[in-house]
Amino acid sequence: MAAKGDLLLEMSGVQKRFGGAVALRGTGLKIRAGEIHALLGENGAGKSTMLKILAGVHANDGGSIKLGGKDFVTGSPEASIDQGVAVIYQEPSLFLDLSLAENVFIGRQPKKGVVIDWKFAQSEAAKLFKELGVELDPKRQARGLSIADQQVVEIAKALSMNANIILMDEPTAALSASEVSRLMTVMRSLKSANKAVIFVSHRLDEVFAISDFITVMRDGATVSENPVEKTNLQKVIKEMVGRELNEMFPKTKNKVGEVVLDVHDLTNPAYFRNISFTVKKGEIVALAGLVGSGRSEVARAIFGVDKYESGSVTLNGKDLPKGSPEDAMARKIALVPEDRRQQGLFMIAGVNRNISMESFNKLVDRGLINFKRERALTNTWRDKLSIKFANQADPVDRLSGGNQQKTVLAKWLATDPDLLIVDEPTRGIDVATKAEVHRLVNQAASEGKAVLMISSELPEVLGMADRIIVMREGRQVAELSREEATQEKIIAAATTGKRGA
Amino acid sequence: MFANLKLSSIRRSWDTAIILLLALVLIFASATTGTFLTSTNIFYIFSNTSEIMIIAFAMTFLIILGEIDLSVASILALSSSMLGYSYVRGVPIWGAILICLATGTICGFINGYLVTKLGLGSLAVTIGALALYRGIANGLLGENTVNEFPSAATDFGLKSIGSTFMPRTLPLILLFGIFFALLLHRTPFGRRTLAIGQSPEAAKFAGVDVVKHKLIVFTFTGFMSGVAGMVYTFRFSTAQADNGVGLELLVISAILLGGVSIFGGIGTIWGVVAGVLLAGSVESWLTLQEIEAKWRTIVTGILLLISVAAPVLVQKSKARRERMALKKSG
Repeated sequence: MAAKGDLLLEMSGVQKRFGGAVALRGTGLKIRAGEIHALLGENGAGKSTMLKILAGVHANDGGSIKLGGKDFVTGSPEASIDQGVAVIYQEPSLFLDLSLAENVFIGRQPKKGVVIDWKFAQSEAAKLFKELGVELDPKRQARGLSIADQQVVEIAKALSMNANIILMDEPTAALSASEVSRLMTVMRSLKSANKAVIFVSHRLDEVFAISDFITVMRDGATVSENPVEKTNLQKVIKEMVGRELNEMFPKTKNKVGEVVLDVHDLTNPAYFRNISFTVKKGEIVALAGLVGSGRSEVARAIFGVDKYESGSVTLNGKDLPKGSPEDAMARKIALVPEDRRQQGLFMIAGVNRNISMESFNKLVDRGLINFKRERALTNTWRDKLSIKFANQADPVDRLSGGNQQKTVLAKWLATDPDLLIVDEPTRGIDVATKAEVHRLVNQAASEGKAVLMISSELPEVLGMADRIIVMREGRQVAELSREEATQEKIIAAATTGKRGA
Repeated sequence: MFANLKLSSIRRSWDTAIILLLALVLIFASATTGTFLTSTNIFYIFSNTSEIMIIAFAMTFLIILGEIDLSVASILALSSSMLGYSYVRGVPIWGAILICLATGTICGFINGYLVTKLGLGSLAVTIGALALYRGIANGLLGENTVNEFPSAATDFGLKSIGSTFMPRTLPLILLFGIFFALLLHRTPFGRRTLAIGQSPEAAKFAGVDVVKHKLIVFTFTGFMSGVAGMVYTFRFSTAQADNGVGLELLVISAILLGGVSIFGGIGTIWGVVAGVLLAGSVESWLTLQEIEAKWRTIVTGILLLISVAAPVLVQKSKARRERMALKKSG
């Protein structure tokens, strides 16, 4: 086994083309044993292509890849596994009805004679979980496991196949703060076992919290390779975007007007109880808290996608009927949902079809949709939000995550809402687009819309919100003004329910 | 950019392919059979596909929604039986027609209600309804048939417009065709239909009342089955309980052949029209070739398999395209 600090993997001058498009133009990457290595870059920089070459999904066109001094065979996932490289995907694909031990040893069940030796499988799995510093019962079903724990099972599976290099593509994107810290523990365990971890993440605070080494990519090339102590957040962002982003959160001071949304004593016992707050014209109110604290459910109840048991929602002084998104829309509420692929967009439909979805009243002429107006509407919002696509009819699943998110925003902004609810508006999108989304949300507020924002990213909450409501386990535990809010106070409230720190 | 070309060409290619295939069949059939392109034969192709076409217009919406109605042929029989039953009991013909259409509408509504409000699967519900409506029709007429209808009505079913190849039912079908094509492709209702089929969850978040929408589509599929029941009755001058047995399979296979995805979310009315005419032309050619019924059944079976396999193949090449796009975005 390699000793700590030994060079495990060296990629240099790696190239990859897809048809006419160049994805990698001579990229380098050096991975050492016992190292957590962050691979950073905006969407389209080539990070995923790099990971996919290592995972055997693609073969490289040029350049050299050496693993322990030998040529690394690319182009076959099986070969990658044999060479000790394993990938942990963002959405693990466990067999939910099987036990964790069965999942770890799926396809390679240890045998005693002709029968499967489950005792051995269970004890091996238990050992692996212990090494990873996570307590999981190998006999339990995978169903009901949090995403983070599912990832842990995948990691255990990789280790059982003697993986030395673990690749993780945005492992924390779908995790709550507590789950992230659990995953970090596991990553540190891997590190102390002299494995190498390569991970891609858009959450830069996490990157700096955990990684030893940072490689930044831009436009298919490596722009910098630094030990973490030799670089910093500003520098990395600058390298990623090729320019300085001085205004990550271009907060504007808006004139705050009358109350638009008044939520009173809202209760749905399964998710939240006694939630009361207001959002005023021109104001951005953030709902902070851990994933699963009931924030999204409150938003869904307001918009009417879900029903609630008691309490009331008042919009512009009039009661809003519960459980009716049609009524919510008619009363000028917009909800940009948490999961843009499942809830926000029709992935196989064109950009134009998606943007016009809520604006038929502006497009219909004598009962029929006027295609010219639809084109004009799409163009207007493409320009306003600088959404990038080749053709209006391109299905949105071909757009990058950032452009998809802008498309969802466009579709709702086109309805000119009085209340804009955005749920995790910047999840999984690159830094530059994040800043654009922040600008757009701020702009909506400055135009006099009331904005309710749900976010798990504390810098975003602190940078954007005028007021912050913290939820914990379905209850409202704190309300902080922009001036008094700090990361520490929010985390304290979200995790302990106590105000202040 | 390559991926762009590819996707639109796949979508367009299926519509184009089916129309090309129709043209090929027509050319081949007229080359091999002198009587194929005669006005009499064209009259019969249009005429024989009347009910399939009428029901397919509506059922296309159901399949796009991700639902299905297997009871349409039974609805046709029940509404046909109601027409005959009420007419022989002295109801004037226009009244009997209204009863026929109302019967179809009510049956469709019942199917929709069971599926949407009670949350039952449409396959299960409409298999049950298939037996139920046919059973009621049997109870109503038993072994009897009604074949005394006013000549105006049977002329509508049997005769052509002047001495042309166009059956008198054709203008009605054309009207429905235009109506449903506009409904699917040019109205918010059509957009919402496609949207629900593509993602019921996203549709909910887009403020679409999915339950109400499905109920409406089930109901008008019932209505159109009633219309088909009326046309069938006048075309054969017969109201009886076993009218249109097995027609639902012809309707569904023509729709799938027309490029509507069995998984929902994708489909065009012109594709479906081509699908119906293609199936009708093949059937007609086989008949003219005096090919035995059992061979005709085999060919129909093959067509059905093609129509089911084709969308899956399209799906697969789409998946390939997605992988391409993924690679590109790297």
